[in-house]
Amino acid sequence: MPNILEVKELVKKYGDFTAVKGVSFNIEEGEIFSLLGPNGAGKTTAISMLSTLYTPTSGDATIGGHSVTKDPMSVRNIIGVVPQDLALYEDLTARENLIFWGQMYNLNGKSLNTRVDEVLAQIGLTDKAKNRVKTFSGGMKRRVNIGVGLLHKPKLLFMDEPTVGIDPQSRRAILDTVKDLNKQGMTVLYTTHYMEEAEELSNRVGIIDHGRMIALGTQKELTQQVGQSETLILHLEEGANPEALAKSFNGIKGVDNADASDHAVTIICPEAEDVLAAVVSKANEQGVKIRSIDIREPNLEAVFLHLTGRALRD
Amino acid sequence: MLKTFLIGLKDLRLAFRDRAALLLMLLAPFLLTIGMGFVTGRFSGGTSGISDIPVILVNQDNAQLGNALVDLFNAPELADLMEPTASSDLETARQLIDNDETAAVVFIPKGFTESIIPKDGQTLSDEIISIEIYTNPTRPTSAGIVQTIVEEFLSRVESGSIGGQVTMAQLITSGRVAPQDIPAVGEAMSERLSSSTTEPVTAIKLKQNEVGGEAIQFDVLAYLAPGMALMFLMYTVSYGGRTIIAERIQGTLPRLLISPTSAAQILGGKIFGIYLTGVAQLGILIFATTMMFQLKWGNTLGVIVLVLAAVFGATGWGMLITALARTAGQVASVGSAIMLIFGILGGSFVSLENLHPLMQNLSKITPNAWGLDGFTTLALGGGLADISTPVSALLLMGAVLFIAAVLLFNRQGIAQR
Repeated sequence: MPNILEVKELVKKYGDFTAVKGVSFNIEEGEIFSLLGPNGAGKTTAISMLSTLYTPTSGDATIGGHSVTKDPMSVRNIIGVVPQDLALYEDLTARENLIFWGQMYNLNGKSLNTRVDEVLAQIGLTDKAKNRVKTFSGGMKRRVNIGVGLLHKPKLLFMDEPTVGIDPQSRRAILDTVKDLNKQGMTVLYTTHYMEEAEELSNRVGIIDHGRMIALGTQKELTQQVGQSETLILHLEEGANPEALAKSFNGIKGVDNADASDHAVTIICPEAEDVLAAVVSKANEQGVKIRSIDIREPNLEAVFLHLTGRALRD
Repeated sequence: MLKTFLIGLKDLRLAFRDRAALLLMLLAPFLLTIGMGFVTGRFSGGTSGISDIPVILVNQDNAQLGNALVDLFNAPELADLMEPTASSDLETARQLIDNDETAAVVFIPKGFTESIIPKDGQTLSDEIISIEIYTNPTRPTSAGIVQTIVEEFLSRVESGSIGGQVTMAQLITSGRVAPQDIPAVGEAMSERLSSSTTEPVTAIKLKQNEVGGEAIQFDVLAYLAPGMALMFLMYTVSYGGRTIIAERIQGTLPRLLISPTSAAQILGGKIFGIYLTGVAQLGILIFATTMMFQLKWGNTLGVIVLVLAAVFGATGWGMLITALARTAGQVASVGSAIMLIFGILGGSFVSLENLHPLMQNLSKITPNAWGLDGFTTLALGGGLADISTPVSALLLMGAVLFIAAVLLFNRQGIAQR
């Protein structure tokens, strides 16, 4: 499939701080591409440049053959954006919001009304169309936020962490919507710091950290980078000191890396079963109570940990 | 252009769905107008908050028209409004202006009547001797009322004189009057003309016919209502400006910027929205005070033009405040402060006449002062031509402020990207 997006050495500086440091990648038509990275990694800045909101300090990107720096208006006609934060008029109804945003995307008349009805049905809010957005739950607002991005049937949809701060049910609905849109032929660039979402949705994943693209490929290609390592996660009782425990695990034979997070220690090792007894014993020595233990096959979390020495949530 | 219009309409709709904004845009000026109306006695039998305007009449003409004008100022119909004093010396009278002891001096020069109505055997001179009005700059409203009365009088004299000349020409052309008989016929006509203008009551009655059957009166509400409306117009424009920053923070402005809509269309739409809201606010207040208090705002076309110009000037201020502010809170606090300062400076609370001359000069930077000047002129019976100065000043003010605001927006970027 041809590339719908080609990003070349994109850089964004704010004074002395460089938010995005020479990021390059392509997205093929029909793909779901996830940009995975912790908060502050540069995902939103990258999307803001690609969606023509910010002008890159250097580098460029083409979308559908149009340069984001030289021909931003053409780019805007073929992209849709679902921003991380809700960008809606809360004193307008769901329908009024969709009508207004549709007009901004050059839709009008009967075709606009028809499209608004379709989108309302797609996001499951037909019966709430006449209610003001401010009366909606967080999940419903998120759905309207997505609906706005779909109105003009964009070729490439940017979704910037669309599931942040919502309940599991709404999150599930949004992930299913993304899959449905992709089945209908829409290309999606999805940013997230949730490894599970990237794993579930993506054809390919780019891992971004401190403004750099540190890994890029299919999930299989990326996990191969950490070999056949497994991830052992110890969930600790309240009051435990995961940092001290992680430090002590790093001396255990067979442990490649141990990292602490909230009430948990994540251990990367070739065989979890080989280190399990030693790890539990060390925890007991320190008087730390283990609430539960997870053993996971190689995944993107492990890749990130392997590449950065930190967990995604750090 | 269409998107600019749509963004403006959206902002108008949002403004009228914001209950807190509605309270300040409509209810507050309305209630304050009523409150100040009670304080000034407008609702308790009093007919005017402006009364006993001191005016010095220097009548050196001492002929039919000059005397008619003096009689007009002394007419019972104007007894509450005017406090005329006769004087024979112009310099002494002007000194009273300098001492702020009178609002205006009306000087009727010698030969004024003769320059309009020739004596027996004389012909009309090319130049009409003009009445001179010396106004007190610290009492613009009172001086404006004096000027309006004189203008109305002269308007009647002029229309009568012109009518006479046309008639004479027609008589000569038709051969009904021989050229040598012109002086005699002219004198007869002059007598008729003067007989109709020497009666002050007649002059006022003629005025009544033009403004719908009421004598020259100044309703204090015609000063208070626009004063309050203009003051809270400043709230509306700062509220509108605040929505630009609010949209920036809530993400709708960035979302607009990544739609196929240019920054100029968006900024234009936001400005148009503020403008529409301001026009709607003044329109509703004017309609409400007209319906509820039978307030006469004056010439309809003049009121419309003045509303459009006043909102334009005020919107310029709103945009400049927004362009300079970093946060919505800054716009709100600066906007509220400017609303009050402009309200005081512009004469919404205290007549400009009572302010220090320096403050009166400062008031020229406010849309309130110019707007109030225009609304007062219209309420006193002025027409579109009479408000050309305030309208021009407001348009110029708006244009200069818009240019400054747009330059600032261009420099920092509408979304501060």
